[in-house]
Amino acid sequence: MAAYPHVIYMDNNATTRVAPEVVEAMMPYLTEAYGNPSSMHTFGGLVGQALKKARCQVAALLGADEEEITFTSCGTESDSTAILSAIRTYPERRHVITTRVEHPAVKNLCENLETVTGHKYRVTKLKVDAEGMLDMDEYEAALTEDTAVVSVMWANNETGVIFPIAEMARMAKQRGILFHTDAVQAVGKIAIDLGKMDIDFLSISGHKLHAPKGVGVLYIKRGTLFVPFMAGGHQEHGRRGGTENVASIVGLGRACELAQEKMAEENSRVKKLRDRLEESLLSSIPKSMLNGHKTNRLPNTANISFEYVEGEAILLHMNQHGICASSGSACTSGSLEPSHVLRAMGVPFTAAHGSIRFSLSVYNTEEEIDMVIGSMPTIIENLRKLSPFWKG
Amino acid sequence: MWEYTDKVQQHFLSPQNVGEVEEPSGTGDVGSLACGDALKLTLKIDANDIIVDAKFKTFGCASAIASSSVLTEMIKGMPVDEAAKITNEDIAQALGGLPKEKMHCSVMGREALEAAIADYRGLTLPKAEGEVVCECFGVTDLDVIRAIKESSLRSVEEITNFTKAGGGCGKCEDKLRAILQETVGGKMEIVIPRMVQKKMTALQKIKKIEEVLEREVRPGLRKDGGDIELVDVDGDFVTVSLRGTCKSCSKSQTTIKDYVEKKLREFVLPSLIVEENN
Repeated sequence: MAAYPHVIYMDNNATTRVAPEVVEAMMPYLTEAYGNPSSMHTFGGLVGQALKKARCQVAALLGADEEEITFTSCGTESDSTAILSAIRTYPERRHVITTRVEHPAVKNLCENLETVTGHKYRVTKLKVDAEGMLDMDEYEAALTEDTAVVSVMWANNETGVIFPIAEMARMAKQRGILFHTDAVQAVGKIAIDLGKMDIDFLSISGHKLHAPKGVGVLYIKRGTLFVPFMAGGHQEHGRRGGTENVASIVGLGRACELAQEKMAEENSRVKKLRDRLEESLLSSIPKSMLNGHKTNRLPNTANISFEYVEGEAILLHMNQHGICASSGSACTSGSLEPSHVLRAMGVPFTAAHGSIRFSLSVYNTEEEIDMVIGSMPTIIENLRKLSPFWKG
Repeated sequence: MWEYTDKVQQHFLSPQNVGEVEEPSGTGDVGSLACGDALKLTLKIDANDIIVDAKFKTFGCASAIASSSVLTEMIKGMPVDEAAKITNEDIAQALGGLPKEKMHCSVMGREALEAAIADYRGLTLPKAEGEVVCECFGVTDLDVIRAIKESSLRSVEEITNFTKAGGGCGKCEDKLRAILQETVGGKMEIVIPRMVQKKMTALQKIKKIEEVLEREVRPGLRKDGGDIELVDVDGDFVTVSLRGTCKSCSKSQTTIKDYVEKKLREFVLPSLIVEENN
């Protein structure tokens, strides 16, 4: 088996390491406890109980009831399930509200709604300002009698900016409009208490939470009318067919438990690491700037632009040092355009192509921050020497 | 993510001939910050028309940097006429190949070489500068005007589709409207913003479609012994049934799309999709 290189991993918004405690919790379900939780025999029934426990663990992290938790395969499935359910619940309503900075799972679904259905649906994409924040007046004006659903992310994956979901859900509820939030980046990083909120649907992705890839959750508020996306067996109380991904679900449950335990650390120690990294880079490297609101942000994310150099080139040099991060540049997106999030924020093209996203976790250390702070200035300086736009 | 060859990685990590030639014989400056790719190539050419030195400065990804670096190595010592024959394929090959999404980086190398040689020979490749109107994509007013004229654009939305201007933060929309006004004057399309535009009710839509079919479509079909009947309207989908000679005609699909759909899009709604009832 090839040995994986040791890295300084600062790309946690892309995916996270599976916590050792989570792996341990999963192992029995990958070895001796392989029964089908729907079976009659005890062998399956014991597995069913493990699922139930995981459901309670997830519910506890969200301040929800266990009946409100449905397991899916990923955040994307949860997003599709929620939005399609909402529009099928109100088929005579043909308007959808979302934002310009959503994850492709929501963004592309909404764009397809407009075009693939022969323009039966109209989608409003709320704008963001230079700091990535929404305009509540624009949101209020967009809510109409024709609106079937609002889908707004809780926290942005690229910048970490947090949206006022509680208020937005309340405003939607007042008008009888269903509210969905893609909380994939927010869960586990900031406290969430759904019992007190007007949110109808919420998406979670396991692999952003130190659980394995291939598992997600859709929270459906009790009493919400629901049309299943994946029909099939009676699993998940008929809400989502398909034999459960038991091991990963058990893992996710344990991960949610861990997240509750580590929430304080995420918002103190990890936040301090992020702040130190950010302040040092911004002060030691000229013509660098932060993308996104300075304080209204997830505690682990720093999206920084370095002018006159390009993102992929920066990442590959960082890679040489074993540092893992992402970029909003065109070259790294697979398309020819830079990040739609940075564009929506009006980040000038001098900066958009040279943006790097650092996203930390509880596994990062002070020494790792030291190493990154030590390497970045030289990396940027060397690339600037190559750049025709950098005037020494 | 990209599968880069060893050569590409080598040239990226240790680029050759970085910098600017002093008192260059020819300079090629291509690309822009907006595109995310830019290359400045400077050449020193002697009295025998041989490229004795070449240096580059690049803003771009690993492919862009590697392409520039390998290009300078290729042309050093070459007669200008020979260098002028270098293609982007040559550059990619010299690197052992590039991912297909990155081939445009090799094209940029060739363009810079072309520009540098043209500069040396005293020819200027026509490229007028304009004033940037759209900050997000670096689109100039000249780019917009050219697109408007070349493609007969009549609305801001069309400008965005053709040039990307206005497709980012949206703050330049007013400027674009002003340019459009100046360029085409009275022929501008007045577009009511979607939120204010009153949606046609199904009933209104059906009545309008019937009207247009009767006035614009039926006369032409009846002349040929055919006819058309409106079967259903659902959202933007219009189902029709051809009658008489039209029904058995081999060109019925053309009739539906190029004639019926065209007329309905022109007189009722541009988004209508016409289908035949099977």
